[in-house]
Amino acid sequence: MKSNKVYIFPKTRTGIDGLDEITGGGFPKGRPTLICGSAGCGKTLLAMQFLVKGIIEDNEPGVFMSFEENSKDLSQNVKSLGFDLDKLIAQKKLRIDHVRIERSEIELTGEYDLEGLFIRLNYAIDTIGAKRVVLDTIESLFGGLTDSGLLRAELRRLFQWLKEKGVTAIITGERGENSLTRQGLEEYVSDCVILLDFRVIDQIATRRLRIVKYRGSTHGSNEYPFIIDEDGISVLPITSLKLEHGVSSEIISTGLPALDILFKGNGIFRGNSTLVTGSAGSAKTILASYFALSSCRRKERVLYFSFEESPAQLIRNMESVDIYLGQYVKSKLLLIHSSRPSLQGLEMHLILLHKLIKEFKPRTVIVDPISSLVTIGSSSEVRAMLVRLMDMLKGNEISALFTSLNHDSRNEMNYITEDVISSLADTWIKLRNSEQGVGKLRSLSVVKSRGTGHSSEETSFIITDKGIEMHDANEAE
Amino acid sequence: MAKDRKIELRLYVAGQTPKSILALNNITKYCKEHLDGKYSLEVIDLLKNPQLAEGDQIFAIPTLVRKVPEPIRKIIGDLSNEERVLVGLNIRTFTTQL
Repeated sequence: MKSNKVYIFPKTRTGIDGLDEITGGGFPKGRPTLICGSAGCGKTLLAMQFLVKGIIEDNEPGVFMSFEENSKDLSQNVKSLGFDLDKLIAQKKLRIDHVRIERSEIELTGEYDLEGLFIRLNYAIDTIGAKRVVLDTIESLFGGLTDSGLLRAELRRLFQWLKEKGVTAIITGERGENSLTRQGLEEYVSDCVILLDFRVIDQIATRRLRIVKYRGSTHGSNEYPFIIDEDGISVLPITSLKLEHGVSSEIISTGLPALDILFKGNGIFRGNSTLVTGSAGSAKTILASYFALSSCRRKERVLYFSFEESPAQLIRNMESVDIYLGQYVKSKLLLIHSSRPSLQGLEMHLILLHKLIKEFKPRTVIVDPISSLVTIGSSSEVRAMLVRLMDMLKGNEISALFTSLNHDSRNEMNYITEDVISSLADTWIKLRNSEQGVGKLRSLSVVKSRGTGHSSEETSFIITDKGIEMHDANEAE
Repeated sequence: MAKDRKIELRLYVAGQTPKSILALNNITKYCKEHLDGKYSLEVIDLLKNPQLAEGDQIFAIPTLVRKVPEPIRKIIGDLSNEERVLVGLNIRTFTTQL
């Protein structure tokens, strides 16, 4: 990271994985932020996570003023995420104030204001010394009270008051038909507005987040996918596409000595991304397994994403070619993660990848085959996703290997993987099967390898129960 | 019928604002006219006792709360419309029962 000498707007960490990156550090400190979106898009959860993480990670007490759910419901809803609200309340770090507006028991006559709400909020803030405040969903007031002109004026006063109070606040609002929120709250909360969205595309649900505006700060303007899982909300930042990552000049083995010698340095650079393409049955997975094995032997953790085989299947199949991965799974050097590509959206896979990489901290990542992901997204999405993934891997100096299935016919999917990945990949190895007489002739060639010379000849090889045996290129001629 | 037929009222205010004073004057007048001493009226100033706002779910000021008899009723505003206040508090029904 280069140091920034320009003035940076003071910010408060959001407690949401990935959101700090997009917002350049978090929500505007001491100001209200509006989070809007339709029902069920995750507003309340995001707000609650902001408070809970604020308490746990930044020791900033928080007040949650709920206009919808009561304290008990809120507490139960987030229990599955490991948030123990009751404990935080007992520790006087969190206060939940449920403002219940029962239209049936209320009569309106004459002039009034919302001073009661101000007093309540002020009291709650002062009691625990809160630095963070959530108002969820304040627009419920409009359902309970009639004079919307007065309410608007009072809300404007409330947001101003929050600013003067110096608390970092989240105000949630329900998405309106022609505006971001039903009551046009975006007009009053003008510092930072974030829109959450929940859509179903091709039967796959995707959640997205967009920063509509952030006054006084740069921010990413894309739509960022996010997921809600057992750890709460995580957003996938499209990491900086600047190519600033450090490079290593260390050479590592591909795991197959006969393949290593095709490269001038007797291997490939650490942190490189390698693409292995080939048609069905051309030994892509075997090469990937060699790569995993080589990393394990160096005592470096490997994360293996398998989209076609289950971990047990992969281990068993590789044993038939003398590659024993099981022991490394036991010693936790190798983590095989299998899932069906169509199980979830593209972003979900990518976020999962991110999460696993963050948790497991591998030095080597294998995606086998990456072409499986192509089948579940549009080409532009896949392209963007792969760029992000590769960028992230490079940024962390993780060596990567992607396999890609080539169909015999040239179709769109071939183009995507070949165009996108091959241009991003540092090393490209092509596997080929050709019919020759009664048998198959297997061969391998290095199409490119950045920064290191390589043999450009096609080398034939056979697969025996001892693994891949390559023929010396010169000998074969 | 319970022996205690008193109406218990609470008026929540926030300092001596014109709206609060008007509300207090209004409710005192209505009570005198219609309740014949069978009521109690407590004025709570939330500026002095902010912790009391949550219990009665007060968000608007002034708010008149009828605590007894149940169910709880709330009247928000300066109580300038006598008819609405009386209906809101169910005082008309109450007096006819006497």
